[in-house]
Amino acid sequence: MSSDSFGRNASGPFSPSRRRFVQGLAIGGAVAGLGLWPRQGWALQSIGNRNVLSGTEFDLVIGETSMNFTGRTRNAITVNGSLPAPLLRWREGTTVNLRVTNALPPGSMHGHETSIHWHGILLPANMDGVPGLSFNGIHPGETYHYRFTVKQGGTYWYHSHSAFQEQMGLYGPLVIDPIEPEPFAFDRDYVVMLSDWTDLDPTALFSRLKKMSGYDNYGKRTVGDFIRDAKRDGLDATIADRKMWGRMRMSPTDLSDVNANTYTYLMNGTTALGNWTGLFRSGEKVRLRFINGSAMTYFDVRIPGLKMTVVAADGQYVHPVTVDEFRIAIAEVFDVIVEPSGQDAFTIFAQDMGRTGYVSGTLAVREGLRAPIPSVDPRPILTMADMGMGGMDHGGHGEHDMASMPGMDMSGGGMVKHPASETHNPLVDMQTMAPVAKLDDPGIGLRGNGRKALNYAMLKSVFDDPDGRDPGREIELHLTGNMEKFAWGFNGIKFSQAEPVRMNYGERLRVVLVNDTMMTHPIHLHGMWSDLEDEQGSFHLRKHTIDIPPGSRRTYRVRADALGTWAYHCHMLYHMEAGMMRQVEVKE
Amino acid sequence: MSAMTSTTALRLGLLCTAIALALPSQHASAQAMDQSKLQMSMPMDMPMAPAKHKPATKAKAKKPASATSSNHPTLRHRVPKPTLEPVTGRTTMDMPMDHSTMPMDMPMDHAAMDHSSMPSMSMVPKEPITPIPVLTDADRAAAIAPAGGHAAHDNSIQNYTVIDRLETWNAGHGAGMRWEGQSWIGTDLNRAWLRSEGERIGGHTERADLEILYGHSVSTWWDVVAGVRHDFKPGHPQDFAAIGVMGLAPYKFEAKATAYIGKSGQTAARLEGEYETLLTNRLILQPLVEVNLYGKDDQRRGIGSGLSTVEAGLRLRYEVNRQFAPYIGVVHERAFGKTANLRRTGHEDIDDTRLVAGVRIWF
Repeated sequence: MSSDSFGRNASGPFSPSRRRFVQGLAIGGAVAGLGLWPRQGWALQSIGNRNVLSGTEFDLVIGETSMNFTGRTRNAITVNGSLPAPLLRWREGTTVNLRVTNALPPGSMHGHETSIHWHGILLPANMDGVPGLSFNGIHPGETYHYRFTVKQGGTYWYHSHSAFQEQMGLYGPLVIDPIEPEPFAFDRDYVVMLSDWTDLDPTALFSRLKKMSGYDNYGKRTVGDFIRDAKRDGLDATIADRKMWGRMRMSPTDLSDVNANTYTYLMNGTTALGNWTGLFRSGEKVRLRFINGSAMTYFDVRIPGLKMTVVAADGQYVHPVTVDEFRIAIAEVFDVIVEPSGQDAFTIFAQDMGRTGYVSGTLAVREGLRAPIPSVDPRPILTMADMGMGGMDHGGHGEHDMASMPGMDMSGGGMVKHPASETHNPLVDMQTMAPVAKLDDPGIGLRGNGRKALNYAMLKSVFDDPDGRDPGREIELHLTGNMEKFAWGFNGIKFSQAEPVRMNYGERLRVVLVNDTMMTHPIHLHGMWSDLEDEQGSFHLRKHTIDIPPGSRRTYRVRADALGTWAYHCHMLYHMEAGMMRQVEVKE
Repeated sequence: MSAMTSTTALRLGLLCTAIALALPSQHASAQAMDQSKLQMSMPMDMPMAPAKHKPATKAKAKKPASATSSNHPTLRHRVPKPTLEPVTGRTTMDMPMDHSTMPMDMPMDHAAMDHSSMPSMSMVPKEPITPIPVLTDADRAAAIAPAGGHAAHDNSIQNYTVIDRLETWNAGHGAGMRWEGQSWIGTDLNRAWLRSEGERIGGHTERADLEILYGHSVSTWWDVVAGVRHDFKPGHPQDFAAIGVMGLAPYKFEAKATAYIGKSGQTAARLEGEYETLLTNRLILQPLVEVNLYGKDDQRRGIGSGLSTVEAGLRLRYEVNRQFAPYIGVVHERAFGKTANLRRTGHEDIDDTRLVAGVRIWF
């Protein structure tokens, strides 16, 4: 079933059985054990996941498929009937032909047009798959022929760039075998694709966010919390804290806009109940290619009992770094190697950043095993320091002394200059005062929890800056929003009102991003790498999606070597749709 | 900011280069540690030096003295003076002369600096190591974007309706019924508003009004609204022009203030404020105050000029889900000034306290 050869592998038999499987799973609500995985005859280093298409010729059909993850049947949007979409396996240096057909029924809730964007892949602009920027989209009955030469290796993914289709199932993993041998060894290889599923029509979910952005926040601070905090921190400090948040008209528990109160989290298209399982033999090295294909969910991933060695980030090799846990932003990819032994089963545990839910799977020596599933961590509370509002103590040691925080100066007269377009702009609800890079910060909720959590400072590309030049100029953009209105943008300006960002073909430039919101945003530039700089401005880490936490200022280099018009956006789907997006034009 | 940084970087760079090249190699590791410390301790807002090229010897002569004395106790004794001169000469030679192209990263990269890497300071390439592909006509053809652009939802028309109060009470001579709600349709910044409130007692409408307003966001938290208000009751229907503000005041007080000018010359103002106290995330206590003022006496409608009525309510709702929340509450209403006098004259109560039960709904 899974195939390591580069012949085409039709997925036909999977579609109906997959559908029954998923429905049966939820209705049964039982652990299905997933006896469907091929257990014998797979060569070492073959991809352990089923539903793999490999080679250079691909026919992908986008349509509707009934899915049931919650007890209610919904029409997902799928590729060849599967969710996630089939794992595509390419080889670096080959030219791939992907014929993508729109077979959505008339009147589909997913719209009439569709598209596929190859996330993180370097390719000609008209192959990038963004309707209106790269091409005209794929209309009903049409087939778009994507054809390009694969210039890179590693783990990537692909997804729709039309409306909200990415929320409803149109995402899948992409594995590219490199020409050169990889600088690490492993015996087994699995993709672990995380995603968030909702039974809601995503258009309705978007409207709900516009009506009441805090709908899913059932962790707001209560009178009980006030009394508890007053006992712990003193009444004055607690009142000062509440006053500070009150003046901002914000809630320190707003960690995510949509969480497990709405979402069911999936691992490789399976709920925690379904227990996706990857097999191993004791002592083997298992490569896990984690991909966050969510619409809105940051996951914190760990495998209790196992150290994870991160060997690649966003498809690109990094100096191996061993951690207990990592946060994976939406659209990010981490390849890790684990060496399970001493137990028959280990739980792969992925809780959402807001601590409202989780999805889990199992690494096991045989099907049907489970290891204990940890409970979800306590919900963290944002501090003023988290948002760059004084207190440079971002290394984070839990509590901050609120009483010592400087007064809130919302005029932006602090250490950072803000774009004039943010001033008196109803679409801007806060400005950070003293943002820092925070590269050594694993993020809120991961500090001081007794586990070694990954951060960007730990991730370093194994290669030197492939371009080498110093940036010739800087483009500074501030991430902005009005949470109450659920309006998002850059510099207080939404996509539809903004001028394109212009780059000159061949130039090396520096992008400076300052987060003027209280949320973290994964920022993705199409067509070109985002070479994250360290705090001294040196090349540090090659990525395609860079997380920008609140109160941070991060810089990266871009080599404008891809002619054409490209999308540049926050990869939180509803933030992008609410305006946190730009068009980048690379011109001669 | 960038000018400052590059100047600072230049000076640091010259300093580091001089020191690094001057030091015997066996001190490299100790030096690397110290220099990283030096860098960390550099204040962000270091005074800006004039943005002109200074001879490297000057930088060397000035900077090490101050920097090493405070941050580099170990270095102080290790910089052998005599070796500095040839080093300086070399530094001057290798340094790019153009400040705008000064390598930002190199001077800062001294945490990992060793002697062998130092020459690379002057080797930040002007040309990319990986060549930029020469464009072909096929590349140009592939780069043509389609007309029309990408469809965005960022200015989509949305709508919201909330019936904040829909409640009943025992009014003695029949059941009382009260509503207050509002609705908007529009984009983030421009919305059409409908607002209505009214009261029925014993099947008889005591008062009812409807406002149709255009609202524009003038700041993050405030909308200015303008439009018309139609009063169905009390008395004969009458119309007002309306202008006001509504929004979220600091500390999350929801506030509305509207001024009205009627055809008859009557003027009025209505102020409303409410707050939500979370007992739990579902059990919510909502204090609410509404104040009505009038410019003229209007005896037929029982209205006196000045402060007319104040209503204060405390409602406890339970959000079964976000959109449906039954509540109970206590409401106190009181007439003041001339309005109170009119009520006294008509043998009506000037105040009223009632227990209410109702639902809050939004969609």
